[in-house]
Amino acid sequence: MENCSVSVKNISKTYKTNIALSDISFEVKKGELFGLIGPDGSGKTSLIRILTTLLMPDSGTASVENLDVISDFKEIRKKIGYMPGRFSLYQDLSVEENLNFFASVFGTTVEKNYSLIKDIYYQIEPFKKRKAGQLSGGMKQKLALSCALIHKPDVLFLDEPTTGVDAVSRKEFWEMLKQLKNKEITIIVSTPYMDEADLCDRVALIQKGEILKINTPKIITSEFNKKLFSIKSENKYRLINDLREYKYNNSVNAFGQHIHYTDINPKPDTDELYKYLREKGHHSVEIKKTEPTIEDCFIDLMK
Amino acid sequence: MTQTPIISVKNLNKKFGDFTANDNLNFEVYKGEIFGFLGANGAGKTTALRILCGLSKPTSGEINIAGFDAYKQTELIKRHIGYMSQKFSLYEDLTVFENIRLYARIYGMKSKEIKEKTTKILDELNFAHARNKKIKDIPLGWKQKLAFLTAIFHNPKIVFLDEPTGGVDPITRRQFWDLIYKAADEGITVFVTTHYMDEAEYCDRVSIMDLGKIVALDTPENLMKTYTAKNMDEVFIKIAR
Repeated sequence: MENCSVSVKNISKTYKTNIALSDISFEVKKGELFGLIGPDGSGKTSLIRILTTLLMPDSGTASVENLDVISDFKEIRKKIGYMPGRFSLYQDLSVEENLNFFASVFGTTVEKNYSLIKDIYYQIEPFKKRKAGQLSGGMKQKLALSCALIHKPDVLFLDEPTTGVDAVSRKEFWEMLKQLKNKEITIIVSTPYMDEADLCDRVALIQKGEILKINTPKIITSEFNKKLFSIKSENKYRLINDLREYKYNNSVNAFGQHIHYTDINPKPDTDELYKYLREKGHHSVEIKKTEPTIEDCFIDLMK
Repeated sequence: MTQTPIISVKNLNKKFGDFTANDNLNFEVYKGEIFGFLGANGAGKTTALRILCGLSKPTSGEINIAGFDAYKQTELIKRHIGYMSQKFSLYEDLTVFENIRLYARIYGMKSKEIKEKTTKILDELNFAHARNKKIKDIPLGWKQKLAFLTAIFHNPKIVFLDEPTGGVDPITRRQFWDLIYKAADEGITVFVTTHYMDEAEYCDRVSIMDLGKIVALDTPENLMKTYTAKNMDEVFIKIAR
């Protein structure tokens, strides 16, 4: 790959008998916003820890900005920013003290790279004398991101930055990432929230230490090869059970207020399905064709 | 759905000194309903939840939970509800059966009944082989399902779920919701607190709290219409911003 920022080749990692990563390979381009999408325990954190030189793989090689994660680990550490899943700033230092500390550790100053963090930091600057431990969840997140960026890294690793934050903070955080993209920083972000995949340039869907699929969100959803229907009636629980008993059913999954349904026939007969559901006593049945989401694809690929 | 209120909250106020955590809350939850209780961190969800579970007393208001008064009958409330949190659910060093037995005995169930019911639910889940496995040795998705079934093992009138499905894979998540729908169909009221809006779309009705007040209460569908939003995330952002 041209302009390759991160390269992973055949990486495997096992903890005792537990396989965390199984022969993983992929590349990330410079300036790309790349998402690792998968549930808890799928291997996201192990992968990020290997790329940030904090964990050794059992086998395989990986490089960040053409530096090897094992032999060049010291060099890599200067070039990357890392925001771990758990808030790991100094709770007893103030906002300002934390930021100055991280700048000085990397041999720089807040002033020198202020332009990079300005859009994020100005939101918490009014509270710069407050101890980090006393900030709200959203503000902690902004401070952690500022600290991870203050040395102007080439690559930024974010491990589940939006887990446990409310919808408003989540949205703000993704808006910040979009702005950073314009500053030519490669970003690798992990998340268990499938809906965040659409906000990435490319994503790897991960499950049980394996990559199920890797591509742009658009291509992944366009490759869903079945007609997907969104079905609704007044009793969701009975609707799920009745659809599962329908002889042509291929998959039945609850998606919020609706049921997502695929049929074993390439050209499903919705009239017959209406008829079946009416016979089962469902009223006000609604069957609509719908576009698959990343979550539909993930479920399909897991099977 | 029968519209019999199982939770009735009228003018609920809860103050801590000068701080008003719950500011005049009014709502009803019906029998067999799946009710989503939403709000950002710090909106006052936990304070209200503790009152509904009989763990804390309101400052003022008329509150009735499963037929019991939230001031005088907190012990009776506790007996008739189930509770499951995301963080603490089951004892890792006890087996599946030991966990179930512990909870069931606390609620005063008889040994024979516990054994029979355990066999029944583990069979239904195709999980009979794990009866004597320690919780720490079973996968996360199974832990969640078991935690839920343990919370409703004593057949409570209401089960409170605190952020129930964070972090699990999408198939396990749906299996979990299947169990919730089944429980609701059998007449157990399910009260879900979450700040994960995606989860809210699975509920029959949801309320949204902001700064101690309930600012919206309706079906997810109606809320999306009212706020011309394509999902609950957008509804929440429009309300909270």
